[in-house]
This record gives sequence, C-alpha cells and structure tokens, in this order.
Amino acid sequence: MRLSELREGQSALVERIGGNGALRRRILEMGIVKGARIKVEKYAPLRDPLELVVKGSHVSLRVEEAAQIIVDPLG
Amino acid sequence: MSDKRLTIALAGNPNSGKTTIFNAITGTRQKVGNWPGVTVEKKEGLVDKFGHRLKIVDLPGTYSLTPFSIEEIVARDFILNERPDVVIDIIDSSNLERSLYLAVQLRELGCKVVFALNMADQARARGIKIDGEKLSQLLGVPVVFTVGNKGQGIDELLEKAVELAVSDKAPEHRRNVKYNSEIEKAIEALEKALAPKCGQKENVPLRWTAIKLIEDDRVAKERLRAVLGKDAEPILEEARRQRDYIAGRYNEDPEILTTDDRFGFISGIIKEIVTTSSRQRVDMSRNIDLVLTNRFLGLPIFFFFIWAMFQLTFSLGEYPMGWLETLVEGLAGLGARILPEGLLKDLVVDGVIAGVGAVIVFLPNILILFFCIALFEDTGYMARAAFLMDKIMHMIGLHGKSFIPMLMGFGCNVPAIMATRTLESRTDRILTILITPFMSCSAKLPVYIVLAGAFFGARAGSVIFGIYMAGIILSVISGRLFRSTLFRGADAPFVMELPPYRVPMLKSLVIHMWDRGKVFLRKMGGIIMIGSIIIWALSNFPRDPALQQEYEARRAALAAASGQEVSPRDMETELDRLRRQYEARRTAHSFIGRIGRAVAPVFEPIGVDWRGGVALLSGFVAKEIVVSTLGVLHAVGDEHSREALQRSLRRSGMSAAGALAMMVFVLLYLPCLATVIAIRRETGSTGWMVFSICYNTAIAWIAAFVVYQAGKVCGLG
Repeated sequence: MRLSELREGQSALVERIGGNGALRRRILEMGIVKGARIKVEKYAPLRDPLELVVKGSHVSLRVEEAAQIIVDPLG
Repeated sequence: MSDKRLTIALAGNPNSGKTTIFNAITGTRQKVGNWPGVTVEKKEGLVDKFGHRLKIVDLPGTYSLTPFSIEEIVARDFILNERPDVVIDIIDSSNLERSLYLAVQLRELGCKVVFALNMADQARARGIKIDGEKLSQLLGVPVVFTVGNKGQGIDELLEKAVELAVSDKAPEHRRNVKYNSEIEKAIEALEKALAPKCGQKENVPLRWTAIKLIEDDRVAKERLRAVLGKDAEPILEEARRQRDYIAGRYNEDPEILTTDDRFGFISGIIKEIVTTSSRQRVDMSRNIDLVLTNRFLGLPIFFFFIWAMFQLTFSLGEYPMGWLETLVEGLAGLGARILPEGLLKDLVVDGVIAGVGAVIVFLPNILILFFCIALFEDTGYMARAAFLMDKIMHMIGLHGKSFIPMLMGFGCNVPAIMATRTLESRTDRILTILITPFMSCSAKLPVYIVLAGAFFGARAGSVIFGIYMAGIILSVISGRLFRSTLFRGADAPFVMELPPYRVPMLKSLVIHMWDRGKVFLRKMGGIIMIGSIIIWALSNFPRDPALQQEYEARRAALAAASGQEVSPRDMETELDRLRRQYEARRTAHSFIGRIGRAVAPVFEPIGVDWRGGVALLSGFVAKEIVVSTLGVLHAVGDEHSREALQRSLRRSGMSAAGALAMMVFVLLYLPCLATVIAIRRETGSTGWMVFSICYNTAIAWIAAFVVYQAGKVCGLG
C-alpha cells in the first residue's frame, strides 16, 4: 500500500522507498527508513501535503512524494 | 592573549538551536557574508576565551552531508578544506535519532567533534532521559548538555572544544559505524587502493573517501580527480566494480544500504543511552497545530497573520518612515543653506541626498518585515505556512514558502526579494525572485492614482484593482512558463521538518533583523548613491546657459514690474509659473530629455508621448519618481498639484487607452534600481539580473501594446 493512501491517524511500517536520488535520499535522512514506524498525523487543509510523525519528529511530504513510499499499515 | 587562533565550526540540523548557540557564544560580534561562489549565508564571530582567540564559524544547517544540496556541500567542504580545529555538533535532544545521523557522518569525516546535547530540558519534559556519559563512551566524543536559549552549558562547551582542539589525541576510528560485511570489504579494498596515492594528503580521509566512492558521491569523485589527476581513474574504476557487485548482491543501491546501516548503528546507541519514561507529557506543539494547521481554521489564521505582518510593515512603518523623510528633507535644507550656489550644491542636494533619501526611507519597513519573518522562523511557524500554502504555490511550480516573499512584493520588492532567503532550493529561490517584481509594489500606486484618476474618473478604483490582478495573473503565467522551460524537472523535494514550536528570543530576533538592515544600508546605499548621481547628471546636463540667462532676465523683468501693475500675490504665481516653465524646458533639453525623445518611437505604439517616456526612464531610480518627473515635464510643479497634472495630461493628447497602457507598462517594466541590485545580490548572478530586466521590460511592452491597440479598437482612444 502507498503511504499516500493512508487515512489521517493511521500508522504503518515502511517497506520500500522509491523515487529518484535526491528525493529518496532526503526521505531517508529524515529517518523514514525501511522498518521505521510512521503515523499520518494530518493532511493539509487543501489535502496536500501531509504531515507524518516518524521517530518522534514531525515531517511533511507532498502526496506525490508519499506515493513513492510503500508501507504496511498497522491495524 | 595567546596568539594561537583556533577555528571552531558549528554543525547541526536545521532547527537544532544552532543559531541560538552561535548567538550565545558570539553575541553581536558577528560577520555575515556569503560562502564563496554560492548564496548560502556564512556567519562568523570572534571571541577571546580560555587564552585563545576563537573564530566561530556557523556552518549551514543540514540533516546530512550528501552532495544533494549546496548547504551540505558547503559544510562538508569547509571541514575537509579548511580543517577547523574542532567541530561542535549541536544535537537536538528531543530528536536524538535523526540528529545522530549527521553526527555519525561528522565522525566519519575524521575531524575532532564535540557533541552539544541541546535543549535537554525540553526532551526531559517530553519524558526522554539521555545518558550523556554513556554516549561519550560509546562514540569516543566529549558530550556537553546545553540549553541555548538560557545560555546554559555554553562555557563548558567551549572549554571542552578548546581542550580537544589543543590536544594531539587523534579521533578514535574504531567507534565508527560498522557497515555490513560486503560493504566493509569494499571499503577496505578501496582504502588499500587509496593509501599509497593519498596517504599524506590531509584533505583526503581514507575511510571517508572510500565510503563516498561506494556511495557514488559526485563531489567526492571530482575531489579525488582534482587531487590525484590521472591516478584517480583506476581507483574510480575499482569503486564502480565494487558498487556493481554490492548492488547486484543486495538488489539495492549501495547508498541506501549505508544509510540503513547508519540508522541501524544509531538505533543501537539509542537503546543504550535513552530511557523514555512511560508518563508521556502532553505534546504542546501538537496541540498548537490542532488549531494552526486545522483543516478549517488553518488558512484563515494564516491569512490573518500575513495581514497583520503587512499592516505592521507598511502602516506602522509609515511613522518612522515619516521621521526619516523629515530628516532627509532637513538634510537637504541644511545642504541648500550651507553650500555655495552651484554645481556641487545641486549634486549634493538634488542628486545624492534626494536619491539616497528616496531609498533610505524604506529602512523601517525592512526592519519591521524582517522582524516579523524572524518571528515566523524562530517560532517554527514558517514551516507551517509552507505546509498550508504548498498546494497552491505548487500549481505555479513553486514551494509553499514562496508565498511570503511574493506577498511582500505588494509592499516593496526589495525586502520581498531578500525574503526569498527562507527558501532552501536555489531553483525555487531564483524562480520566486523572477516573478516577484510582477507584484505591484506600493511605489507604483501614485502613478496609477494619477493616471486612473485623470482618465477613468469614478471607475479609477476598479481599473487599479484590475492592474493589480493583471500582475498576479502574469506572475502565475511566468512561473509556469519558467518551470516548463528554464527550470524543467528541477523540482526539489518538498520533504520538510515541522519543528516543535518554540518561544522566540528577542536577542536572536533583533540580530536577524539588524543583519538584514545592515545589508540594506551598506550594499544598497553605495550603489543607490552612484545610480542617483548618474540619473541626476543625465537630467541636469548639458546645461544651456542661454536658457538660464533668458530665465534670469525674465525673472528680473518681472521683479522690476512688482509693486506697479502686479499685486504681490499675482507676482508669486507668475514667478512660480516662470520657474516651472524653465524647469520643463531645462529637463527637455537635458540628456535624459534627449534620450526620452530619441526613444519616443518605442513608446509611441503604446500610446505614451516623449514626456511619459522620460518619466518611465527616470522611474528606474524609484517608481515614485515617475509622477514627479511627469510633473516637472508638464510644468505643473511638484506632486502637490495632482489635479493640475491630471488636467495637463488630458490636454496633452494622451488617451484613456494610452493611460491604461502606461499603467500596465509601469506595473511590469524593469524593476527599480534597488530591486535590481537586490536581484543581483540574492541570485548571486549578473546573468539573472539582466534576464529579469529584459524579460520584464519585454513583457511590459508587449502587454502595453496589446492594451493600447485593443483600447483604441474598443473606443478608449
């Protein structure tokens, strides 16, 4: 399942990160690595970008960027 | 004081409180400049402590040391090339895991590092306890707890840093990240290949270079080629082979594997040093965001903040602006009184004081605006603003953070363009700078008021609104155009941290504000002065003695007649009329008047006569001058007599279509001198400055032409 398909408040484990070099690298640096637990905190008022909680910090990504991240939803 | 000078570099994530610590160490003794060749801000400060002169260098805030952003390349090149005596890594204690990602890379670089565990009080409030001693043991790095905004631990931090800097203990290598066995084998192989070639070269740390080659790091490869020349090729070939092998073995890029391993190493450390208490305290930031980025309230609140910032900048700023204007007038008056009649006096009063004065009055606006922006940045709201606006801005091919500079453009383009510094990607920054001048700045408003008032009467308000809208629409079109041509495919990832909200510190706000003010005063001041003198010279030379003699003679004749046929009051008006006629003829005769007439054919198709042309040319200094030049050329005196100017404009044969076209031209054509200088400065390139001037002027002419011709067809002629 793509990260961009998660609902607000849903948690998931990261399975795979796609995308080009710079984007992928940036995502990894923010701690969104394979096996990390993430939670979709909220979507922006215009439904893009979205806010994640990962390793205790809040990170925002565009929906198109989140679509590059494959996750395994928890519950 | 010992003459031994030590260089201490500060590294850390954005939002780690690095700037606060830098301010706490250096106070106001800071030097702000740019890193050579790039428009990344460089801050330095000198302090005398512990018998040493310490040069503190603030490296750009980064999450990593990859070659993907200028900031990271700058930070890493500084460490490799300048070899600071010690690097202090500022670590956000409540964000330990991610902060350590940068920390382990700094260790890999092989420099001496001290960790500052910053904002440990906040971490504790969130139920996170960190064993600093254990961390120090595990990584072999001195660790100091600091609370930057309270100044706690700063002295101890510096003491540890100096102690480490002067000790000749080499950093311990065994405490580095261990990668998986295949990668370690590859590193070893490359280190062996590198050792005979660059064993002595200080700026090529072996293990680091080997790791970077495996990660296919563009800059590291270039570096190796630069150091070794032809000898680099076999090593690079070997690196390629190793990469291919690893990639084939794990079905994944080696740089992904190394990142995974680093985070794996870090989570091992975290397990040993962090205890999280079960009673999770309330996350204040999250609660604030329940309101500030709320689906329904978020945008209205954001617009309110922006409105308030605008009001503060331009309404509150009006008062000190008025004082400065009075001061400038006073100076001009003083100059007029004490200097002897002649060229020097004209130059000083009409050239320098008037020209520089016209720009310096914006200083209060700039200071207030940057105070507000610093407030947004220091509290953490700027990231939320980008979060809220990104969807809309992304449609124009821009970043959410571009919204604030563009909006500020309605006030004044100079601070607006300086505000693009908040954008991290250079592409976004240049794109925003290029389209910001289409936001109609407040200096253009007097031009619209005069022209719309003269030709559109009751509909003037709607016409002016239409002009503003035209600017916005053209900026959107230009943005999309640039994105799909000049900056194709260069869309930087948005991935951005939403840092916890923090109470801002007045000291840091003031330092931030003053930095910008200084830049404005210093750079703008010099160039503006030269520009003003040139424009003054163009409009005052060549002098025509015959014209002046004729004026003097007629004045004398008039004065002689006083008391007989003419009453003193009529006398005043007559003298005034005479002076205005003289000024108009003199300006028409000057270089700028001649240039205006020479380029009149250019302005004719857009319905603007030579006087309008001259006014537009003089508007390059500052847009307000367009109105006063028109006033001079129409011999109606200064702007106090707006109605007289409007009457004269109507009589001069200008049509409504021509007035509309001129307004459109003023909206779009080349930005004023101060803005052009700001563009040059902030893009760091004369090329972009010239491009901006040409693009704007071309668009302006085409749009004005279309408007004038269409207006004539629609009966506005």
